[in-house]
Amino acid sequence: MLQATRQSGITETTYREAVREAIRDALKRDDRVFLMGEDVGRYGGCYAVSKGLLAEFGSERIRDTPLSESGFTGAGIGAAMGGMRPIVEVMTVNFSLLALDQILNSAATIRHMSGNQFGVPLVIRMATGAGRQLAAQHSHSLEGWYAHIPGIRVLAPATVEDARGMLWTALQDPDPVLIFENVMLYNMTGTLVADAGPVDIAKAAVRRTGSDISLITYGGSLWKTLEAATQLAAENINAEVIDLRSLRPLDDATIMASVNKTRRAVIVDEGWRSGSLAAEIGMRIVEQAFWEMDAPVGRVCGEEVPIPYPSHLERAAIPNAAKIVAAAKAALGRD
Amino acid sequence: MSGTTDKPRLSRVHMLDLLRQMIRIRLFEDKCAELYTQEKIRGFLHLYDGEEAVAAGVISLLEKQDRVVATYREHGHALVRGVVMKSVMAEMYGKREGCSGGRGGSMHLFDNTTNFYGGNAIVGGGLPMAVGLALADRMRGEKHVTACFFGEGAVAEGEFHESLNLAALWGLPVLFVCENNLYAMGTALAISQSETDIHAKAACYKITSEAVDGMDIVAVEGAARRALHAIRETGKPYFLECRTYRFRAHSMFDAQLYRDKTEVEVWRKKGPIERLRTWLEANHMIHPEELERINAEIAAEIAEAVAFAEAGSWEPVEDLTRFVYAEAAS
Ligand SMILES: Cc1ncc(C[n+]2csc(CCOP(=O)(O)OP(=O)(O)O)c2C)c(N)n1
Repeated sequence: MLQATRQSGITETTYREAVREAIRDALKRDDRVFLMGEDVGRYGGCYAVSKGLLAEFGSERIRDTPLSESGFTGAGIGAAMGGMRPIVEVMTVNFSLLALDQILNSAATIRHMSGNQFGVPLVIRMATGAGRQLAAQHSHSLEGWYAHIPGIRVLAPATVEDARGMLWTALQDPDPVLIFENVMLYNMTGTLVADAGPVDIAKAAVRRTGSDISLITYGGSLWKTLEAATQLAAENINAEVIDLRSLRPLDDATIMASVNKTRRAVIVDEGWRSGSLAAEIGMRIVEQAFWEMDAPVGRVCGEEVPIPYPSHLERAAIPNAAKIVAAAKAALGRD
Repeated sequence: MSGTTDKPRLSRVHMLDLLRQMIRIRLFEDKCAELYTQEKIRGFLHLYDGEEAVAAGVISLLEKQDRVVATYREHGHALVRGVVMKSVMAEMYGKREGCSGGRGGSMHLFDNTTNFYGGNAIVGGGLPMAVGLALADRMRGEKHVTACFFGEGAVAEGEFHESLNLAALWGLPVLFVCENNLYAMGTALAISQSETDIHAKAACYKITSEAVDGMDIVAVEGAARRALHAIRETGKPYFLECRTYRFRAHSMFDAQLYRDKTEVEVWRKKGPIERLRTWLEANHMIHPEELERINAEIAAEIAEAVAFAEAGSWEPVEDLTRFVYAEAAS
């Protein structure tokens, strides 16, 4: 429920509550919608996102599944093809690998392979990212891998507004949409207007305007990047921060408009560096804006290791503001 | 050795040893829970409270060269297997002196000196590995057994079925031990399985299979003795379903909305430590001073383990990328 500290129609809420409100809203608006996944009902969701929804909507629509990621994701695909609008929740992206076959070989493929006779209007939500010391089987950022797959859309809500608004738009999409929720954002608070609702899912957003360098990021890294931009501002570097929001398709127009203006870019991505989403974006900049650039494109990515348990190593394995500041300064020749 | 005969051993010394093994796990984990609230241990911490008879009853029968594959709820298995308590505690802290060099934490205890293959936090992920270890032993003409522990939640995963079939089909020496504690996080067995009699599923794959009261260490040990005897005779897999219960939350983040406090209380009364202790008392096989001595020895061992972990060191950040690949021998 949106916790009401209402002032003139503005509500303060957490990211977790915003996702829950989005699910509740979708369940109310469309009886074809149902939520299914491990521990979404009686347990209340492994990150407490769906807490309370079982009591409100019942066990048909808040459907606890056995530990069968491939099975229930596949069942979501079938239910979507059969006329329902399932929201499948996978606890974390690491476990989604057990369902990867269904996502890639079925969900992403069926429309094309069937000559447009069948589509899969399915939404799959999952948690992603490091920061909670959950070690090497619970902490990775594999959304960039999913962004490799034609046939699906990949979204990464970074703000409370997007957590609230992307789900409904995704449910209207005739094709599969994957939504990645960074685990470090669930407790984050933000404000929503009283009638907050669906948002566009096609465009990147400029979260901070600037003229000296474009910092391009998404999801949990957005906040680290904004922090870095603030630090850079103290040194008279005016960074523009782009929140990709959609990782597939990528909004090239917003990226290129920004780099055409700033002529420098650093991409921040929690995924592993080699073969990363950051690599894809960098290449697009090279393809589309090479002659506009004043410096090589930089990257701040996850180190190429499984995420370790101890806090100091975990922090060292992923992007942080200091690394982003350093990369930005390097691109500006200011180190 | 004890592992190869299937006669139950009810000698006093042996029973006291089983009791000691269980109390050792319990007290170690009580300490871990305390250290978690002090934020010395972080991340996920899954306690084995209530299930100690399974690890203690099965693993103490294994031979040195046998292999163990466990889950993220594996502190008890590691301790019974002989992974040194100090190194387990240091691992819980994330210190370099830990049994996985501090990188794994509570869910990823590994120890090659005791053939302890982890600490797998992907539900069902250990079963195929156990099949492979047993395949290697078979192909190399070794007579070892691989004991593979997993919860009843894993039974819903495809890997469970694929692994049982492979082990049966190829005749591999795996002891599958299902720790059926009735809940997978908040999902009760009855809402996750159409057939809740799990040992019957193994039988479908033509694996000799039995269900045992997992709160009774004598029963667990007896069944494990039969199972190991059969595996060593035939080379074929064996399935044990140990019916047990977890007294505490799934992990430290669980509000336990899915079960009644009274249900937990009822099960607590059937606890494996309580049960063996009262049986020993009723049969005048234990003196109160002996129990005190056991407790005191374990408390001292735990205190030493905590001190060791506290004094341990953090792996330098420069080493973060070491061991992603094997390092060339110098
Ligand atoms: C493939 C996979 N899916 C989901 C999870 C999250 N998860 C961790 S433990 C658990 C419950 C497992 O229950 P069970 O196998 O019965 O073992 P128990 O925890 O009761 O010992 C779940 C759902 C996971 N770790 N791996």
